Amino acid sequence: MVELSSNFLFTAFILYLVGILFFGGAIKDKRHADKKAGPNRWAKIGIIITIAGFVSQLIFFILRWIASGHAPVSNLFEFTTFFGMSLVGAFIFIYFMYKTPLLGLFTLPIAALIIAYGSMFPRDVTPLIPALQSYWLHIHVTTTAIGQSILAVSFAAGLIYLVKSVDQQKRTKSNIWLEVVLFGLVSTLGFVFVSSYFAATDYSVNFNYINKDGQPDTEKYSLPALVGPYQYEMTDQSRFEPLFKTPAIISARKLNTVIWSIGAGIVLYGFLRLILRKRVAAAIQPWTKNINLDLVDEIGYRSVLIGFPVFTLGGLIFAMIWAQIAWTRFWGWDPKEVWALITWLFYAAFLHLRLSKGWHGQKSAWLAVIGFIIIMFNLVAVNLVIAGLHSYAGS
Amino acid sequence: MKKKRLITRTIILVVMALAVGYTLYANMNKDKNNKIVVGEPAPDFVLVDMEGNKHRLSEYKGQGVFLNFWATWCKPCEREMPYIENQYQQFKDQGVQVLAIDSGETDLVVNRFIDRKGLNFPVMIDDGAVQSTYGINPLPITFLIDKEGNVVRIHTGELTEETVRAFMEQIKP
Amino acid sequence: MKEVKCECGHVNPQGTILCESCGRLLEDNEKEKQLIDMRYEGSARRSQTYNKTIIDKIWNFFSSVKVGVSLIIILLIASSLGTIFPQEMYIPPLLPASEYYGEKYGWLGKLYYDLGFHNLYSSWWYLILIAALGISLVIASLDRVVPLYRSLKNQRVKRHESFLKRQRMFHVSDAELPEEASAKIKAKLAKKRYKLREEDGDLLAEKNRFSRWGPYVNHLGLIIFLIGGMLRFVPGMYVDEILWLRDGETKSIPGTEGRYYLKNNQFIFEVYDKDKDEKVFKDAISKVGTVVKNYQTNATLYERQGDIIPGETPKLEKVRDQSIQVNKPLKIDGYALYQVDYKLGEMSKMAFKLENKQTKEQFGDLVVDLYDPKMSYDLGKGYKVEVMSYFPDFEFNEDGEPATKSRVPNNPAFIFNMITPDKPDGEVSFVAIRQNLEPLGENDYKMTFAGIETKNVTALTVRKDYTLWIIGLGGLIFMIGVVQGAYWNHRRLWIRRINGQIWTAAHTNKNWYGLKRELDEVFADSGIDAPKDQEAEDKKE
Repeated sequence: MVELSSNFLFTAFILYLVGILFFGGAIKDKRHADKKAGPNRWAKIGIIITIAGFVSQLIFFILRWIASGHAPVSNLFEFTTFFGMSLVGAFIFIYFMYKTPLLGLFTLPIAALIIAYGSMFPRDVTPLIPALQSYWLHIHVTTTAIGQSILAVSFAAGLIYLVKSVDQQKRTKSNIWLEVVLFGLVSTLGFVFVSSYFAATDYSVNFNYINKDGQPDTEKYSLPALVGPYQYEMTDQSRFEPLFKTPAIISARKLNTVIWSIGAGIVLYGFLRLILRKRVAAAIQPWTKNINLDLVDEIGYRSVLIGFPVFTLGGLIFAMIWAQIAWTRFWGWDPKEVWALITWLFYAAFLHLRLSKGWHGQKSAWLAVIGFIIIMFNLVAVNLVIAGLHSYAGS
Repeated sequence: MKKKRLITRTIILVVMALAVGYTLYANMNKDKNNKIVVGEPAPDFVLVDMEGNKHRLSEYKGQGVFLNFWATWCKPCEREMPYIENQYQQFKDQGVQVLAIDSGETDLVVNRFIDRKGLNFPVMIDDGAVQSTYGINPLPITFLIDKEGNVVRIHTGELTEETVRAFMEQIKP
Repeated sequence: MKEVKCECGHVNPQGTILCESCGRLLEDNEKEKQLIDMRYEGSARRSQTYNKTIIDKIWNFFSSVKVGVSLIIILLIASSLGTIFPQEMYIPPLLPASEYYGEKYGWLGKLYYDLGFHNLYSSWWYLILIAALGISLVIASLDRVVPLYRSLKNQRVKRHESFLKRQRMFHVSDAELPEEASAKIKAKLAKKRYKLREEDGDLLAEKNRFSRWGPYVNHLGLIIFLIGGMLRFVPGMYVDEILWLRDGETKSIPGTEGRYYLKNNQFIFEVYDKDKDEKVFKDAISKVGTVVKNYQTNATLYERQGDIIPGETPKLEKVRDQSIQVNKPLKIDGYALYQVDYKLGEMSKMAFKLENKQTKEQFGDLVVDLYDPKMSYDLGKGYKVEVMSYFPDFEFNEDGEPATKSRVPNNPAFIFNMITPDKPDGEVSFVAIRQNLEPLGENDYKMTFAGIETKNVTALTVRKDYTLWIIGLGGLIFMIGVVQGAYWNHRRLWIRRINGQIWTAAHTNKNWYGLKRELDEVFADSGIDAPKDQEAEDKKE
C-alpha cells in the first residue's frame, strides 16, 4: 500500500509540472489580453490538471494514513509533502476567488519544489514515539501546515508583484535582493538534482569521527564529502577525500549538503544567466505584463488575512493545548515554538504596517517574501540545525 | 473634562505599572523559598527519631526549636554537625531543642553517621513530606522557631559555631 | 476642550478630520488630497490631540502604532537570539551552565552565557518588552475603539460631497434613477445582507460593521492571555514539582500538601520490534535502531484520610488505579501527573557470598536491600557480616575518603566487617562494583559478588495551573476577534441625488476587489454605473 501511495505522489508531482506548462500557455496566449473574457482555455485546463494533481496527492495521503495507522505528518518527508499539497490546495482556493493563471505559474513551481525537496528525506513509514501518539498530532500539524501554506501564497503573490514592479533597467538594491530570493529557489532545485543523482547512483561514504560530546561515532554521507567530520577517518578508501575538516560542534554532513546545494545552485543560476543574458527576474518580467498590480497586492494581503488566523489556531493555540498534554506545559521556549511565535509576530507586524502605516505594494510584497523565509527557516533550519523537542528523527 | 482624562489615564497607567512591577519582582524571586515566611507559624510535622521516639513540632511550644535539614552526602551539613552538637549541650537545659531531619537516607547510613559524629539530639528521617512542606531545596537549611511556634529566621547554607550559638541564644525562651 | 463645530451643526471632538455626522472635511490640509484616509473614519484619535502632561506623553507613546510595531519587531529579534544555542533548561545537567556554554560552543558560547542569553526568556528585559507590548495593546486599543465607535454610530445617510468625492470608489452618473431601478438595487443589496437606511431618496447601505471590532476583540483576548501569564507568579496559582517513584514505592504527591499519594506498581518501557510490530515500520526501525513505543507508569492513586500532619504515617484510601502515559496524564482535583522521565535498572538489591580466599569455601548468602540495608547479617555457625558503612552513590571525596554523592544507589559501595569463628574481631573489607579492597591488611576471607536485582524508576511531573482557563479564554477571544476581523469585510455604499445627478461612493476596510465585483452585480442593468476605483484610474493614466 505504501508503494501504491508513492505512485500517487509521483503522479501528483508530474501533474503539477504539466499544470505549470498550461498556466504558462495561458499567459502567453494573446487572446488573454481581453480581460473581461475571464480565464482562457489554457488556464481552464491548467486548473483542472492542478486539481487532478491535488486529488492524486490526497489519495497518496489517505493511503499512507491507512497503511501506517497515523496521519502521515510525522516525519520531515511527510510533513514537507503535506505542506506542498496544502500550498496547492490554498492556490486552488484562491484561484477560484481571483481567477489569475499567473498565480499558478508562480505557486505551482514553488509547491513542486517543496515536494521535491521533501522527497529527498527518508521516505520510510516511521512508527510514532510516545510524545506523538495523540490525535493532536493530526490536528496541530495539519492546521499549522495549512495556515503556513496559505501564508505562502502571499509569497507567490509578493514575488509576482516584485518581478513586475522592480525596475530592471538599472542595477538597484531591490533587483539584487530579488535575484537573491530567486537564487534561493534555484539552490533548492540544485539540492534536489544533486541528491537525486547521487541517490540514483547509490553513492555513500562512511566516516569514523569524534562527535560533539567527544565520543567516537560514525557518519554516513550520501553525497561526496567536500568537508569531513571532526578528526575523521574515511572507511571507504576509494571515495573522494574531503577537502576540509569541521570543528566538532558543526555537523559536517549537513554542512556538506549545504555546500553542495549552494554549489549546484551557483552552477544552475550561472547557466541560466548565460542563456538569458540578463537577470532571471528580468527574464520572467514579461510574463507579468498583463497582470494588474493592485490585484496582486490584494491577493497577497488576502492570503495573509486568511492564513493568519489558521496559522494562529494550528501553530500556537492547538500547539499549546497539545504541549500542555504531552509536555506538561503549554509553552516551553523550545526553538520550534519560539520560531512559530516569531512567525506570528512577523505577520502581526505585517498587518499593522499595512493597516496603519499604509505599507502597500512593494513594501508589502517584500514583507511577504521575508515571512515565507521565516516559515521555511522554521521548517528546515530549526529541524535540521537547531533541533529541540520538535526535531523529527533521522536527518 | 481635561482633569477627568488625566485621572483616568493615570489610574490605568499606575495599575499596569504595578502589575508589571509585581511580575518582575516575582520572577526575580521565583527560586527563593516561598513556602515558609518569617514571622508566621512553622508548619507542624510528626517524625520518629532513630531511637523510636515520636516528635511533634507543636509539642515543643514553650521551647525554642533549632530545626536543621541535612544529609550525610552534604559536606557543609557534615561540617556544621559538631557545632550543633556542642551548642546543643550548652542550650538543651535552657529550653532549646534541636531537631535534625535527614533527607530520606537509609537507617543504616544515618545511624552510622550519628555514631561517628557522636550526636545526642534527636535525628529523624523524612521521606519527603516534611521537606516538601518546608520547600527544602539546597541543603543544609536551618529554621529557627521561637517558643510561640513562629519562624524567626531561615538560614540557607553552612553555619559556624559562632552563628549556631547566636541562633540558639536568639530562640532561647 | 476645544471642539470643532461642523457646518452641518454636529459638534466634533478636537482633532477630528471628517465630521462624525455628515463626513465633511474639517481639516484644511486634508482638502488637497484626492482621496481621504478612512482608517479611523477620520475621527480624532485622542492621543494625538493632547500632549500636555508627562502622563499624556507616556500615554501617547504607547498609543502609537509605530511604537507597537517597533516593539513587535524588537521582541521578534530578541526571541530569535534565544534559539541560537539551547536555553539553560535544555542543556544536559552534566556541567553547570557557566562552564557548559564555553566548553561546548567556544567563545561565542561564553559570550552567549555572559550576556544572559542562556536564560533569555525569563530575563528582566525580555519580560519588560512583553509588558511594554501589553501596555501598548491596552492603550492603543482604548484610544482607537472609542472614537471609531462614535463615528460609526453617528454616521448619517447624507454624506457631504467632499466626503463622497474623496472615496476610493466613486462615480457620478448623469442619469435619472427611476423608482423601479432604485427598488431593484435595494432588493439586490438586501439580498446581499446589506442594511439599508434611506433619507429623502438618498441611501446608505452597510454590512458587516462588526468586523471593524475584530482587532479590538483580538487585542482584548491577548490582554487576557497576558494577564493569565502574569497570574502564574501569584503563589498558589501554579505548582510544578517532580516525583521520582521506584517500582513498588508509594510517596506523597508533592504540591498536594500531603493529601494525595501515588504508588508506582510498575514502570513499563517498550520499544518497537521490527518483527512483531506492523510490517510497514520494518524499514524505518532497522534503519534507526530503537524507536520507543511506550513509557508508562501503572499507578495507584490514594487519598489520605484524617488530619494531615506531614511526616506522620498516613492512613490511605485508594482512589483508583490508572496507567499514566505520555499524552495521558492522571488528573485529580486540579492536579495533573505527567510521565516525563524514567530510569531503567536502578540497583535495588545486591547479593554477596562470604568466601574463604584459600579454600574457596562459601559460608552462606546475604542479600543487601540497597534502600534499607541492615546493620548486620547473621549467616549462622558463628559467621556474621556487619555493614560498617554504606555509600549508595560512592566516590572518593577531595580528602581521598570514601563518600556518597547522593542517596540514590547509583554506585553502591560497602565497608563490611566479616566475623568468622577463626577471626572473631572480624576483617574489614571495602566492596564496590568491581572493587575489593582490604584497607586494614591482608584478609583470609572476602565478600564475593553474587548478583544484583534492579528496579525501574519513573519520574512524573506534578502540575497544577489555575491560570490555564484564563489563558484558554484569552486564546479563544483572540481567535474570535481575529476571525471576525479577517474573514468579514465592512462595506458601505452611498447613493445620493445631487443636482439631478446620481453620486455613488463605496468604501470597504479591505478586499476592494470583492467590493467591486459585488457592486458591479448590484448596479448591473440599473442604468447607472457602479462606483469606480479612483486609485486604479490614476495608475492607468
